[in-house]
Amino acid sequence: MKNGCGSGSESCLSSMEEELHVLAVDDNLIDRKLLERILKISSCKVTTAENGLRALEYLGLGDPQQTNVMKVNLIITDYCMPGMTGFELLKKVKQESSNLKEVPVVILSSENIPTRINKCLASGAQMFMQKPLKLSDVEKLKCHLLNCRS
Amino acid sequence: MDALIAQLQRQFRDYTISLYQQGFLDDQFTELKKLQDDGSPDFVAEVLTLFFEDCVKLISNMARALDKTTGTVDFSQVGASVHQLKGSSSSVGAKRVKALCVSFKEYCEAKNYEGCVRCLQQVDIEYKALKTKLQDMFNLEKQIIQAGGRVPQVDIN
Repeated sequence: MKNGCGSGSESCLSSMEEELHVLAVDDNLIDRKLLERILKISSCKVTTAENGLRALEYLGLGDPQQTNVMKVNLIITDYCMPGMTGFELLKKVKQESSNLKEVPVVILSSENIPTRINKCLASGAQMFMQKPLKLSDVEKLKCHLLNCRS
Repeated sequence: MDALIAQLQRQFRDYTISLYQQGFLDDQFTELKKLQDDGSPDFVAEVLTLFFEDCVKLISNMARALDKTTGTVDFSQVGASVHQLKGSSSSVGAKRVKALCVSFKEYCEAKNYEGCVRCLQQVDIEYKALKTKLQDMFNLEKQIIQAGGRVPQVDIN
């Protein structure tokens, strides 16, 4: 994982103007709870979704009549999910003609499979990270994203 | 009172270290503890409660899927539950449970019935053993706090 910060995460946090709003997608309740906690400790606003369909609904891509559309700065999704995989969710987001396609998508997986990693990155994933996630992983990720934004 | 607190803290430290040394817990449990603070003092206990509930549910699913009396065994169904349990156990640092899930998954893929049944029995024993150990650990924490002390950070390395 690339780390764009020079002196450490403190400098990144001080340059942050607003909270990152993260959509965290995982079918496993425990992983969802952990991800939410890690993100909150890292000063992110978090919305969780238990599958790809719910995630798309929150993003305003589900029901055409939906008015309550959330603005997210980052999507973190598990790869292995029943129904719609994280990879399929990634592709749906990246196929959008709206600003939504600019939202970085990070894929999480417990399995370190090179072909899986490559196809996610090739389809526009910002990053591929291994589960289980640690607090330091998200701190590095935030730093990387904030540096990329400026 | 101070002598009591010191003794309890020592017991807690030794007990925690033994859980890592005996392979019940790994680094990820340490990471889990980092997510707990004065604002969320029960976070670890909450997550572990969810985990043990998950164990009961998933093991029951696996047992049902491995039940030959209802027809042919659907190994992919067993495998799906094993995959879930492998994920959960990995996320909370339940090292032995996770290791069992790895073997279990291989038996599912090989459609090895006896292997699966053995793993199912072992996983059931293992999660219960971990649950007992962690309850003892949490009890020690409670005793320290009740005696007016603070639960020490345990350095595993």
